[in-house]
Amino acid sequence: MATFLLLAFFLCTTTGGEIAMTYGMKATGEPERLRPKQVLRFLGRAVCNAWFWVGIPLMAISFYLLLILLSWQPISFVIPASALSNVVGTLGAKYILKEEVNAARWAGVILVCIGVTLVSLDNIPVR
Amino acid sequence: MGRESRLRIKTLVMVLAMVVCANVGDLLLKRGMSTIGAVQFTASGLGHAFRLTVANPIIWLGIFFLLGFMICYMTVLSWADYSYVMPAGAFGYALLTLLAVIFLHESVSPRRWVGVALICIGVMLVGQTKPRTTEVAAPQKAVA
Repeated sequence: MATFLLLAFFLCTTTGGEIAMTYGMKATGEPERLRPKQVLRFLGRAVCNAWFWVGIPLMAISFYLLLILLSWQPISFVIPASALSNVVGTLGAKYILKEEVNAARWAGVILVCIGVTLVSLDNIPVR
Repeated sequence: MGRESRLRIKTLVMVLAMVVCANVGDLLLKRGMSTIGAVQFTASGLGHAFRLTVANPIIWLGIFFLLGFMICYMTVLSWADYSYVMPAGAFGYALLTLLAVIFLHESVSPRRWVGVALICIGVMLVGQTKPRTTEVAAPQKAVA
Protein backbone atom coordinates (compact mmCIF):
# COMPACT_ATOMS: atom_id res chain seq x y z
CA MET A 1 0.00 0.00 0.00
CA ALA A 2 2.79 2.39 0.99
CA THR A 3 4.55 1.54 -2.29
CA PHE A 4 1.50 2.47 -4.35
CA LEU A 5 1.04 5.72 -2.44
CA LEU A 6 4.71 6.54 -3.01
CA LEU A 7 4.39 5.60 -6.70
CA ALA A 8 1.31 7.84 -7.04
CA PHE A 9 3.20 10.66 -5.31
CA PHE A 10 6.20 10.07 -7.63
CA LEU A 11 4.01 10.19 -10.77
CA CYS A 12 2.30 13.38 -9.52
CA THR A 13 5.55 15.20 -8.70
CA THR A 14 7.23 14.13 -11.97
CA THR A 15 4.31 15.24 -14.10
CA GLY A 16 3.63 18.31 -11.93
CA GLY A 17 7.25 19.43 -12.18
CA GLU A 18 7.43 19.05 -15.95
CA ILE A 19 4.01 20.63 -16.52
CA ALA A 20 5.04 23.61 -14.35
CA MET A 21 8.30 23.87 -16.31
CA THR A 22 6.44 23.75 -19.65
CA TYR A 23 3.96 26.33 -18.40
CA GLY A 24 6.80 28.62 -17.33
CA MET A 25 8.67 28.27 -20.62
CA LYS A 26 5.52 28.88 -22.70
CA ALA A 27 4.83 32.00 -20.61
CA THR A 28 8.43 33.16 -21.11
CA GLY A 29 8.05 33.03 -24.89
CA GLU A 30 10.50 31.42 -27.29
CA PRO A 31 13.87 33.05 -28.05
CA GLU A 32 13.71 35.30 -31.09
CA ARG A 33 16.51 33.31 -32.75
CA LEU A 34 18.57 30.30 -31.68
CA ARG A 35 21.78 32.32 -31.25
CA PRO A 36 23.79 32.20 -27.99
CA LYS A 37 22.93 35.80 -27.07
CA GLN A 38 19.19 35.38 -27.61
CA VAL A 39 19.14 31.98 -25.85
CA LEU A 40 21.00 33.45 -22.82
CA ARG A 41 18.51 36.29 -22.71
CA PHE A 42 15.68 33.74 -22.88
CA LEU A 43 17.22 31.76 -19.98
CA GLY A 44 17.51 34.95 -17.95
CA ARG A 45 13.80 35.64 -18.45
CA ALA A 46 12.90 31.97 -17.81
CA VAL A 47 14.56 31.82 -14.37
CA CYS A 48 12.61 34.94 -13.37
CA ASN A 49 9.36 33.07 -14.01
CA ALA A 50 7.68 31.75 -10.83
CA TRP A 51 6.59 28.51 -12.59
CA PHE A 52 10.25 27.62 -13.18
CA TRP A 53 10.76 27.69 -9.39
CA VAL A 54 7.64 25.55 -8.90
CA GLY A 55 8.95 23.01 -11.42
CA ILE A 56 12.54 22.65 -10.16
CA PRO A 57 11.73 21.53 -6.55
CA LEU A 58 9.02 19.16 -7.82
CA MET A 59 11.53 17.58 -10.23
CA ALA A 60 14.05 17.26 -7.37
CA ILE A 61 11.42 15.64 -5.09
CA SER A 62 10.45 13.21 -7.88
CA PHE A 63 14.12 12.22 -8.25
CA TYR A 64 14.42 11.43 -4.52
CA LEU A 65 11.10 9.55 -4.52
CA LEU A 66 12.45 7.40 -7.36
CA LEU A 67 15.52 6.61 -5.25
CA ILE A 68 13.28 5.64 -2.29
CA LEU A 69 11.12 3.46 -4.58
CA LEU A 70 14.27 1.74 -5.86
CA SER A 71 15.35 1.00 -2.29
CA TRP A 72 11.93 -0.50 -1.46
CA GLN A 73 11.10 -2.52 -4.55
CA PRO A 74 12.98 -4.52 -7.20
CA ILE A 75 14.01 -2.53 -10.26
CA SER A 76 11.87 -4.84 -12.45
CA PHE A 77 8.83 -3.29 -10.72
CA VAL A 78 10.12 0.30 -10.48
CA ILE A 79 11.18 0.79 -14.13
CA PRO A 80 7.87 -0.21 -15.79
CA ALA A 81 5.98 1.65 -13.06
CA SER A 82 8.01 4.82 -13.61
CA ALA A 83 7.55 4.49 -17.41
CA LEU A 84 3.88 5.19 -16.57
CA SER A 85 4.98 8.81 -16.05
CA ASN A 86 4.83 9.11 -19.88
CA VAL A 87 1.12 8.25 -19.80
CA VAL A 88 0.38 10.49 -16.78
CA GLY A 89 2.43 13.26 -18.43
CA THR A 90 0.40 12.98 -21.64
CA LEU A 91 -2.84 13.17 -19.62
CA GLY A 92 -1.46 16.27 -17.88
CA ALA A 93 -0.49 17.79 -21.24
CA LYS A 94 -4.00 17.16 -22.57
CA TYR A 95 -6.07 18.30 -19.59
CA ILE A 96 -3.85 20.92 -17.89
CA LEU A 97 -1.80 22.37 -20.76
CA LYS A 98 -4.71 21.84 -23.22
CA GLU A 99 -2.45 20.28 -25.85
CA GLU A 100 -4.12 18.36 -28.68
CA VAL A 101 -3.22 14.71 -28.14
CA ASN A 102 -4.51 12.81 -31.17
CA ALA A 103 -4.63 9.03 -31.67
CA ALA A 104 -1.18 8.92 -33.32
CA ARG A 105 0.41 10.71 -30.38
CA TRP A 106 -1.29 8.39 -27.86
CA ALA A 107 -0.20 5.31 -29.82
CA GLY A 108 3.36 6.68 -29.93
CA VAL A 109 3.44 7.35 -26.17
CA ILE A 110 2.20 3.85 -25.35
CA LEU A 111 4.73 2.19 -27.71
CA VAL A 112 7.53 4.30 -26.17
CA CYS A 113 6.42 3.21 -22.65
CA ILE A 114 6.51 -0.49 -23.57
CA GLY A 115 9.80 -0.03 -25.47
CA VAL A 116 11.50 1.79 -22.55
CA THR A 117 10.39 -0.99 -20.21
CA LEU A 118 11.81 -3.72 -22.48
CA VAL A 119 15.13 -1.88 -22.98
CA SER A 120 15.54 -1.01 -19.28
CA LEU A 121 14.69 -4.50 -18.02
CA ASP A 122 17.51 -5.84 -20.14
CA ASN A 123 20.09 -3.89 -18.13
CA ILE A 124 19.22 -5.72 -14.91
CA PRO A 125 21.88 -8.21 -13.95
CA VAL A 126 20.39 -11.69 -13.65
CA ARG A 127 21.01 -13.27 -10.28
CA MET B 1 10.44 26.43 -46.51
CA GLY B 2 7.01 26.63 -44.85
CA ARG B 3 6.46 27.77 -41.28
CA GLU B 4 5.26 24.32 -40.27
CA SER B 5 8.29 22.45 -41.63
CA ARG B 6 10.70 25.03 -40.17
CA LEU B 7 9.09 24.53 -36.76
CA ARG B 8 9.34 20.75 -37.13
CA ILE B 9 13.03 20.82 -38.13
CA LYS B 10 13.88 23.30 -35.34
CA THR B 11 12.10 21.09 -32.79
CA LEU B 12 13.70 17.84 -33.98
CA VAL B 13 17.20 19.39 -33.97
CA MET B 14 16.69 20.64 -30.39
CA VAL B 15 15.28 17.27 -29.23
CA LEU B 16 18.26 15.48 -30.80
CA ALA B 17 20.69 17.91 -29.07
CA MET B 18 18.79 17.29 -25.80
CA VAL B 19 19.05 13.50 -26.14
CA VAL B 20 22.76 13.58 -27.08
CA CYS B 21 23.63 15.96 -24.20
CA ALA B 22 21.68 13.89 -21.63
CA ASN B 23 23.25 10.59 -22.65
CA VAL B 24 26.82 11.88 -23.08
CA GLY B 25 26.46 13.68 -19.70
CA ASP B 26 25.23 10.52 -17.95
CA LEU B 27 28.02 8.40 -19.47
CA LEU B 28 30.69 10.94 -18.43
CA LEU B 29 29.32 11.10 -14.86
CA LYS B 30 29.30 7.32 -14.70
CA ARG B 31 32.87 7.16 -16.04
CA GLY B 32 34.01 9.88 -13.62
CA MET B 33 32.34 8.35 -10.57
CA SER B 34 33.72 4.90 -11.34
CA THR B 35 37.28 6.30 -11.17
CA ILE B 36 36.44 7.62 -7.69
CA GLY B 37 35.18 4.26 -6.49
CA ALA B 38 32.49 3.35 -3.95
CA VAL B 39 31.60 6.25 -1.64
CA GLN B 40 31.73 5.58 2.13
CA PHE B 41 28.68 6.97 3.92
CA THR B 42 30.58 8.59 6.79
CA ALA B 43 31.37 12.28 7.28
CA SER B 44 35.02 11.80 6.31
CA GLY B 45 34.13 9.40 3.45
CA LEU B 46 31.63 11.86 1.95
CA GLY B 47 34.07 14.75 2.35
CA HIS B 48 36.79 12.75 0.63
CA ALA B 49 34.43 11.76 -2.22
CA PHE B 50 33.33 15.39 -2.60
CA ARG B 51 36.94 16.60 -2.92
CA LEU B 52 37.70 13.90 -5.52
CA THR B 53 34.48 14.74 -7.39
CA VAL B 54 35.14 18.47 -7.71
CA ALA B 55 38.74 17.79 -8.76
CA ASN B 56 37.68 15.37 -11.52
CA PRO B 57 37.61 16.97 -15.01
CA ILE B 58 35.45 14.13 -16.46
CA ILE B 59 32.72 14.92 -13.91
CA TRP B 60 32.85 18.62 -14.79
CA LEU B 61 32.53 17.73 -18.46
CA GLY B 62 29.51 15.54 -17.57
CA ILE B 63 27.94 18.43 -15.62
CA PHE B 64 28.58 20.71 -18.62
CA PHE B 65 26.69 18.32 -20.94
CA LEU B 66 23.82 17.94 -18.43
CA LEU B 67 23.59 21.73 -18.24
CA GLY B 68 23.42 21.70 -22.05
CA PHE B 69 20.55 19.22 -21.79
CA MET B 70 18.66 21.49 -19.36
CA ILE B 71 19.12 24.52 -21.65
CA CYS B 72 17.91 22.56 -24.73
CA TYR B 73 14.97 21.18 -22.72
CA MET B 74 13.88 24.60 -21.45
CA THR B 75 14.32 26.19 -24.88
CA VAL B 76 12.39 23.55 -26.82
CA LEU B 77 9.51 23.66 -24.29
CA SER B 78 9.18 27.39 -24.97
CA TRP B 79 7.57 26.56 -28.32
CA ALA B 80 6.87 22.81 -28.58
CA ASP B 81 4.22 20.68 -26.84
CA TYR B 82 5.29 18.78 -23.71
CA SER B 83 3.45 15.72 -25.08
CA TYR B 84 5.65 15.98 -28.22
CA VAL B 85 9.02 16.50 -26.49
CA MET B 86 8.60 13.89 -23.71
CA PRO B 87 8.19 10.73 -25.86
CA ALA B 88 10.74 11.99 -28.41
CA GLY B 89 13.27 12.17 -25.56
CA ALA B 90 13.02 8.39 -25.16
CA PHE B 91 14.90 8.10 -28.46
CA GLY B 92 18.03 8.21 -26.26
CA TYR B 93 17.47 4.59 -25.23
CA ALA B 94 17.52 3.51 -28.87
CA LEU B 95 20.57 5.69 -29.58
CA LEU B 96 22.52 4.21 -26.63
CA THR B 97 21.77 0.66 -27.82
CA LEU B 98 22.97 1.45 -31.35
CA LEU B 99 26.14 3.13 -30.00
CA ALA B 100 26.82 0.13 -27.74
CA VAL B 101 26.54 -2.21 -30.73
CA ILE B 102 28.62 -0.08 -33.12
CA PHE B 103 31.41 1.11 -30.82
CA LEU B 104 31.49 -1.33 -27.90
CA HIS B 105 30.51 -4.41 -29.97
CA GLU B 106 28.08 -5.38 -27.21
CA SER B 107 25.65 -8.17 -27.92
CA VAL B 108 22.02 -7.11 -27.62
CA SER B 109 19.22 -9.49 -26.67
CA PRO B 110 16.15 -9.92 -28.93
CA ARG B 111 14.01 -8.42 -26.11
CA ARG B 112 16.10 -5.25 -26.19
CA TRP B 113 15.91 -5.03 -30.00
CA VAL B 114 12.11 -5.30 -29.77
CA GLY B 115 12.18 -2.46 -27.20
CA VAL B 116 14.37 -0.32 -29.49
CA ALA B 117 12.05 -1.00 -32.46
CA LEU B 118 8.96 -0.04 -30.40
CA ILE B 119 10.64 3.19 -29.21
CA CYS B 120 11.61 4.10 -32.81
CA ILE B 121 8.07 3.44 -34.11
CA GLY B 122 6.60 5.35 -31.16
CA VAL B 123 8.92 8.33 -31.69
CA MET B 124 8.13 8.35 -35.43
CA LEU B 125 4.39 8.30 -34.70
CA VAL B 126 4.72 11.24 -32.29
CA GLY B 127 7.22 12.96 -34.61
CA GLN B 128 4.78 13.20 -37.48
CA THR B 129 2.17 15.01 -35.35
CA LYS B 130 2.23 18.83 -35.13
CA PRO B 131 5.01 19.92 -32.70
CA ARG B 132 2.85 22.77 -31.38
CA THR B 133 -0.89 22.65 -30.79
CA THR B 134 -1.26 25.50 -28.29
CA GLU B 135 -0.86 29.25 -28.47
CA VAL B 136 2.50 30.52 -27.21
CA ALA B 137 3.70 33.97 -26.24
CA ALA B 138 5.16 35.85 -29.21
CA PRO B 139 8.97 35.82 -29.50
CA GLN B 140 10.24 38.52 -27.17
CA LYS B 141 12.78 41.12 -28.10
CA ALA B 142 15.13 42.93 -25.73
CA VAL B 143 13.95 43.04 -22.13
CA ALA B 144 12.97 46.47 -20.91
